[in-house]
Amino acid sequence: MIQFTIQDRTGDRQPIEIPEGINLSLMEVLKASDYNILATCGGMALCATCHVQVLNGLDALSAPQDAELDMLDTLPDAESDSRLACQIRIDESVEGAIFRIKSDEPV
Amino acid sequence: MITTDICIIGAGPVGLFAVFEAGLLKMRCHLIDALPQVGGQLSEIYPQKPIYDIPGYPAINAQVLVDNLMEQIASFNPGFTLGERVEGLDRQSDGSYIVTTNEGTAVHCQVVVIAGGLGCFEPRKPEITNLERFEGKGVAYMVKNPEQLRDRRVVLAGGGDSALDWAVFLADVASEVTLVHRSDTFRGAPDSAEKVFNLASQGRINLVLQSTITSINGNGHLQEVSITAKDKTVTTLPADHLIPLFGLTPKLGPIADWGLTIDKSAIHVDTTDYSTNVERIYAIGDINTYPGKLKLILCGFHEAALMCQSAFRYVHPDQKLSFKYTTVNGVPTF
Repeated sequence: MIQFTIQDRTGDRQPIEIPEGINLSLMEVLKASDYNILATCGGMALCATCHVQVLNGLDALSAPQDAELDMLDTLPDAESDSRLACQIRIDESVEGAIFRIKSDEPV
Repeated sequence: MITTDICIIGAGPVGLFAVFEAGLLKMRCHLIDALPQVGGQLSEIYPQKPIYDIPGYPAINAQVLVDNLMEQIASFNPGFTLGERVEGLDRQSDGSYIVTTNEGTAVHCQVVVIAGGLGCFEPRKPEITNLERFEGKGVAYMVKNPEQLRDRRVVLAGGGDSALDWAVFLADVASEVTLVHRSDTFRGAPDSAEKVFNLASQGRINLVLQSTITSINGNGHLQEVSITAKDKTVTTLPADHLIPLFGLTPKLGPIADWGLTIDKSAIHVDTTDYSTNVERIYAIGDINTYPGKLKLILCGFHEAALMCQSAFRYVHPDQKLSFKYTTVNGVPTF
């Protein structure tokens, strides 16, 4: 099992366990876990409505590609530890990571 | 006042196709969209993306699909109000509605169809103290008329293509252009980034990197912006205009206050006809939700067809609807 932690907008943290070998993105896991995120573009790094901050484990993740970096550049609140959840694959690289949901709550 | 049978909120692919289905049943449509062009998400976010799940098209470019839909509905002569955001909805004593926009446009209709996709696209607003207080008083989120910025001190914020392009353009228009960006590199078009760096080296753009704007001040109108660098030092710049350019983000907008049953930014509908809990208001496409909902354009097309069959009874209460294939009568025109 791959274990990581999600911190929601109120600061509450919830551990998540995902079986290895499941080809999901973090965005898909967040939606499946009933977190309130839009993920408008469906995972194409086009909308940034799945913006997360990696509080722990940033270095272990695969490097962001150009499309993700381009989109992060348009976010007023992006920091050096910002990522798009749709671009993070759930594999052993996220083991022990802590992700904080940073995108606005859908109205 | 504009009078029509169906007022469609949202001019994305599903809203456009609803015009066609309505037209087949001799119902006229007027579309309202907050964006200045039709096509919704397709035109605004990914115009050059190929789409592979439109029946009959092994692959179709998103903007081409929009263009084709416009061609398909041309004979029904729909009305358009673009670049205006729906603000109000007033139910009349006979059950009809008057829909009003932020620019004062009013549309009287028998049926309202919300085809708003992901909602209105609104500018992403950075967290800057006093930002909203100075909206319209020096703060704007797009450049509508560059001439209004001639010989003025303009501060742009952002690192995408819009920020780069406007910085280059305004270098010849404004008396002073400052571009503030949180990073020390730009990931916009390399050519634009190079132009910005060149103009900065010539002293024609004031480039403030690794910094963010944290507060603004003025006396009735914007007068200064405070910029905080990564090392926490704060500098204050005199400025007449601040234009944060951080792209658009989807919001449900005023629709959220219309008494509709909403779950996670989506409107609950009855799948027999995609009606909402409010009589004469329908929701189709990505903005609705129901068990098994798939956010696909083709599902939105199906929803548009069923919605129109249901809406007919409000638009033509004295007529009996008899279903016919387009192969029987062809496509009628108005």
